[in-house]
Amino acid sequence: MGPVIELDGLEVRFGDRVVLKKLNAALTGRSVGLLGPNGAGKSTLINTLLGFHKPSAGTARILGHDIRTQARAVRSLIGYMPENDSFVAGMSGVHFVRLMAELAGLPAGHALERAHEAFFYVGLGEVRYRAVGTYSLGMKQAAKLAQAIAHGPKLLFLDEPTNGLDPPARARMIQLIQEIRDRGDLHLLLSSHLLRDVEDCCDQVLILKDGNVAAFCNLEEERKANRRFLELETRGENNGSFLEAVEKLGCETAPGAQGRVKLILPDGLEVRRLYEIAAAQNVQIRRLNRKRDSLEDIFLKAMETADGRL
Amino acid sequence: MAVYKKTYRPYQGELTSSWSRFLVIPRYAFVELRSSRFLSLFFIGSFIYPLICALIIYVQHNASALGLLGVQGARNLISINVTFFANLLGWQSMLALFLAAFVGPGQISPDLANNALSLYLARPFSRVEYVLGKMSVLVVLMSLMTWVPGLLCFGLQGYLEGWQWMKDNARLASGMFFGAWIWILILALLALALSAWVKWKPAAGGLMFGVFFVAAAFGAVINGVQRTRWGHLFNISHLIGVVWVQLFEGANRTTSGGVFFRVTAGEELPLWCCWAALGVLCLICLYMLARKIRGAEVVR
Repeated sequence: MGPVIELDGLEVRFGDRVVLKKLNAALTGRSVGLLGPNGAGKSTLINTLLGFHKPSAGTARILGHDIRTQARAVRSLIGYMPENDSFVAGMSGVHFVRLMAELAGLPAGHALERAHEAFFYVGLGEVRYRAVGTYSLGMKQAAKLAQAIAHGPKLLFLDEPTNGLDPPARARMIQLIQEIRDRGDLHLLLSSHLLRDVEDCCDQVLILKDGNVAAFCNLEEERKANRRFLELETRGENNGSFLEAVEKLGCETAPGAQGRVKLILPDGLEVRRLYEIAAAQNVQIRRLNRKRDSLEDIFLKAMETADGRL
Repeated sequence: MAVYKKTYRPYQGELTSSWSRFLVIPRYAFVELRSSRFLSLFFIGSFIYPLICALIIYVQHNASALGLLGVQGARNLISINVTFFANLLGWQSMLALFLAAFVGPGQISPDLANNALSLYLARPFSRVEYVLGKMSVLVVLMSLMTWVPGLLCFGLQGYLEGWQWMKDNARLASGMFFGAWIWILILALLALALSAWVKWKPAAGGLMFGVFFVAAAFGAVINGVQRTRWGHLFNISHLIGVVWVQLFEGANRTTSGGVFFRVTAGEELPLWCCWAALGVLCLICLYMLARKIRGAEVVR
């Protein structure tokens, strides 16, 4: 399958200011996180992909459609949940979502049916006849998600979907996003400054800094690699024999000071086996950490680069 | 995504044709407007004058009705001619201005205030379609107030007077139709442009009247001080009046236009100048709309 989003030397200028600097990337993941500090160009990238800003150079393709020449086709594939409070005033929730679905091309009857379903899906079934303007912040966020999915898009842009939500509402929103992702019917592009949201929902991450791609990594592969990487703190006289024994099982080891050991488990070897060997060698394992090169580490490393360019 | 299942499912049904999607906007807008009692009454009230006109036409052609009323000579009092239809259009057009001032400001400003434009434009729906959709709300309502009753009265008169009268006065029908459309387009564009720039609805409505009446007064002051007639360039009703006279009568001018849009004899601006001024006004409105109708604000 081709890339979901392909950035091909994409550059966007506002007057003399270059906001996106010739971005190149091929995003293939089912759910892609878009990270970056304020002003990095996340929202500009999303707005450009939606056709709100014209690229000054280069282009981008979404599911094979060029954003420059096939903007209408691109937008027919996308569901967009904006960051700010966005709704049509004076309308009930269900009519608001129905209007949006009709504008996306659904016939009136289907749009109404899908609007009801979307409202129940996001957990607002009971308040769907209330005016959107009277909703709480969490309800408005859910209503925005409902209008973004009601027309059945192929790609969902979520711009800060957990903004301003209390912990239960955030957990519910994350759960919804994960459910949508796991159904496998559509792709996600989640823009957020909350690393945890991206970590919970995404399998690929594109990190922007000063309009450049600062990092692009596959979180799923990182997670797989991290599962085999351990940090141990041991106590005992036979530390050397313990290391020899685990090396015989195929582990790569790197002893450190004060009984600290870093090791990589080979496939098929369970952690329980390490405890068994330690017991046999009369060595205590005081601490065992799965070394996680967390998204935070990746993000911080990306931010350390001088101009954000990889 | 059945309600009881509460799970997401993609949509695989049919889609509407893209050219007709802008009509979704007026459909929803009419539902909202219908809920306003004041607007409903105003709209219904706007048909009183055309009904009176239709009654006059009917009575004019019905000797027994005149006899019944005991006013057989009334037939000579009111003539069904250019002035009759120009007045009908003038009166209805003034009501259309009020309607545009009431309805127009509520079209775009709420969408801007609530960031709804990004939702509209993130769909396969362009800025032009958005403006067309919003404009069509005003165009439909103002059409029903202006050229539709005008042409119905014309049709009634033609039906009662005969085919020859219709042929001889076809220019009246085309004048009403095109004259009303010019007025409607100007009002709709102006109302939308003001709605896009002035977020407070009463202020936008007030500004709408200001553009017509205050600018006309300003033009009159210029005329008085400078002893010129070019101040009428600020008087939209004067510009429209000149264009209407041309549309109704062509070169053989016998009247000074309809009520509210009369052109004072000797003060008429050249026809091309009126067209150009109205064109410039439309271009300014379009520019104002193009500046504001965007999916995302650009902070330079």
